[in-house]
Amino acid sequence: MKEFQIVVLAKQVPDTRNVGKDAMKADGTVNRAVLPAIFNPEDLHALEQALRIKDQFPGSKITLLTMGPPRAVEILREGFYRGADDGILLTDRAFAGSDTLATSYAISCAIRKIKNADIIVCGRQAIDGDTAQVGPQVAEKLGIPQITYAEEIVLLTDDKIQVKRRLERGIEIVECGFPLLITVNNSAPRCRPRNAKRLMKYKHASTVSNRQESNDDYLSSALTKPHLTIKEWSVADIECDREQLGLNGSPTKVKKVDNIVFQSKESRTIEDLDEDIDELMQELISSHIIG
Amino acid sequence: MSNFFNDNPDLQFHLTHPLMQKIVALRENNFKDKDAYDFSPSDFEDAMDSYTQVLEIVGEISGEIIAPNAESVDHDGPLLENGKVIYAKGTQENLDAIKQAGLMGITLPREFGGMHFPIVPYIMAADIVSRADAGFVNIWGLQDCAETIHEFGSNAQKEKYLSRVSKGDTMAMALTEPDAGSDLQAVMLKAHFDEEKNTWLLNGVKRFITNGDGDISLVLARSEDRTQDGRGLSMFIHDKKNGGVTVRRIENKLGIKGSPTCELVYKDAPVELCGQRKFGLIKYVMSLMNGARLGIVAQSVGISEAAYREALAYAQKRQQFGKPIIKFPAVYEMLAVMKAKLAASRSLLYETARFVDIYKTYSHIANERELTKEEKEDQKKYQKLADAFTPLAKGLTSEFCNEIAYDSLQIHGGSGFMKDYPIERIYRDARITTIYEGTTQLQVVAAIKGVTTGTYLSLIQEYEKTSIKPETESYRSILISMTYEYEEEEARITVHNNIEFTEFHARRLVEMAGNIIMGYLLLNDTQREHSHWKTLEVFLRFARSKNHGNASFLNHSTLNDMGKYKFE
Repeated sequence: MKEFQIVVLAKQVPDTRNVGKDAMKADGTVNRAVLPAIFNPEDLHALEQALRIKDQFPGSKITLLTMGPPRAVEILREGFYRGADDGILLTDRAFAGSDTLATSYAISCAIRKIKNADIIVCGRQAIDGDTAQVGPQVAEKLGIPQITYAEEIVLLTDDKIQVKRRLERGIEIVECGFPLLITVNNSAPRCRPRNAKRLMKYKHASTVSNRQESNDDYLSSALTKPHLTIKEWSVADIECDREQLGLNGSPTKVKKVDNIVFQSKESRTIEDLDEDIDELMQELISSHIIG
Repeated sequence: MSNFFNDNPDLQFHLTHPLMQKIVALRENNFKDKDAYDFSPSDFEDAMDSYTQVLEIVGEISGEIIAPNAESVDHDGPLLENGKVIYAKGTQENLDAIKQAGLMGITLPREFGGMHFPIVPYIMAADIVSRADAGFVNIWGLQDCAETIHEFGSNAQKEKYLSRVSKGDTMAMALTEPDAGSDLQAVMLKAHFDEEKNTWLLNGVKRFITNGDGDISLVLARSEDRTQDGRGLSMFIHDKKNGGVTVRRIENKLGIKGSPTCELVYKDAPVELCGQRKFGLIKYVMSLMNGARLGIVAQSVGISEAAYREALAYAQKRQQFGKPIIKFPAVYEMLAVMKAKLAASRSLLYETARFVDIYKTYSHIANERELTKEEKEDQKKYQKLADAFTPLAKGLTSEFCNEIAYDSLQIHGGSGFMKDYPIERIYRDARITTIYEGTTQLQVVAAIKGVTTGTYLSLIQEYEKTSIKPETESYRSILISMTYEYEEEEARITVHNNIEFTEFHARRLVEMAGNIIMGYLLLNDTQREHSHWKTLEVFLRFARSKNHGNASFLNHSTLNDMGKYKFE
């Protein structure tokens, strides 16, 4: 039976689902201090898909990869509680200020270092930025196919996968070989609960630097229990071009942020015809959203 | 995201009771498992943190999965197909989540795949799940039966069955029969040893068996030919994989409709003897029932919590005469009393659970080594308390649960009578709690011994001696005068030395003792958390007038009374 190497991409995000009045700062950026940090919801749906693959192919290995500040180790623990086999925290000051391009570059370098990933799964988008760009960009940078808006794995064999995509006007079932990247919709099944024993096993797991910082009492037991140490990679651990990281590697510049209340009458459907796309681009450029 | 543990500070309050130090120390036995199992705690704080975090999982599953499924489960109910039970879709979803979360075998030893939690956090999980769906808690809570195998089964049976329960196999306890309900001595299901097949075989019928089609069942059957009473009964383990049992019917019930109540037909069903022959009823069922009764107390408290919350939310939202109805004295008085009864029930639940925890843990330790003299005395003390408290708690909290559900529906007015609000389901679910695992009337039969032997009184006197904050002294004076009244009335009845007369008044006396005990428990709670004073005061006003009422009845009662009530 095939043993899949699965990488799940996850992001720790501020919980923007229950925002109060201090959720946004005056400059229009998210006030992370007042919002609890959570596992990005659609990434949890992605983890569930990975766990289902492992249910079917029990020898498979799930590695959870996240890029973020040291406290993002929390979501790796959360992943362990739910069944991930390994977790890697990609953290370095050099990553600060990354837009989706720089983020996907760094993540793709980390995936190369993990080696031999057959299936990369991530949520469609994160609730803080809602760009839905990182997944597809990672696939592009790795030069592998991608299936977006996945809702269900319909069929999985040693050499191919069939995925049901939930699209705006219906569903589509597509087939692909390995390796590939899948982005998962929130219409996919929710993630299974945390497992009590795994929680008790991994609750003291942390990275070496977090542990040193907090003078953690469990430092000594971590020496005899390797599962209590979570891997942490910095820029030096992945092969990459520093120019493409962080602010340097991020062409996106925030010009201004407006508060907008969406109304359904403002939505428009753009056909995938050249003239429609041209028209949209013209409009975005003339309103300075792009350029 | 709704979490039924995190949204309820009362649970965290009871979990952190000072006696937990002793309970954890006994249970973890110097934390001897800490290197043998990677999920074992290494000290007290670590253990408490694990209980808390695991209860957060229970709270999340209850709030996010079990509660939202409750309505459809109540509507769909289980199905009977080819002699087997098919759970409602929602029930199966709940069970899958519980299994994935590893919330089975919570109290079982780690060597059999359990988590080895004390009874307090397990009972708290039952309290939480009951609030979400009182029918589902039966299926999940029957893991309790594994404790009987743990206590009395052979090593091979523990090895075989406990690990399966820890992995998610469900259980059942098959005791009741058409002609053996409250009176289990009348059980007729026949067990005989077949020499040829070298196994015990069962033949006959069981009725009203909760989750009767569970994977592993404990079955009470008559192993001794030509016997009529309890001494001819033995306990057996039936493994569903071995067949021989069909479900003839699933009862159509008033409430807890998601929980399949089965009539079972045994035809040469192969079973294993559990423990010693002839000890089935007199020893093992007693242990099984005490565990199950504590489970019903938790269920009663969880239902009370759900009913109280529904009433509170409705009363705050519903506007009449230009304001929310909670602003009207008739409504807020009801709500305050409901809240006080809920708090009193919960304090009684956890006090009982702590007593059971300590004495059960001593019995497990006694299986490994001989207890010291002090330990034996301590065990005896707590066993006595547990035995006195279990029927008291089952009787009183299940009655409170029904009163709270009744009042909650009343606060909903006409809307409460419709299927549109959860309260009609909660109200129906509450009804069984005073009936099964021994009716309130039978709990009183057990609890009256606590009255006549003075067990409750000496405990009340213990509580009375506890040092308290001066600002709560006035509450204690109320309890002291209630105690005088209780002593007086108890003497007034027992002086006649007439069994029937004592039984006639038993419920009144048991209630009086219970109200005083719950009052003291709430007084103790107020020492730890001063904000409880309001609930304490509301409860004391309720309890005092209730006890006065009972006393007034007793004051005017003579032996001649019974004749006026009797049906000849």
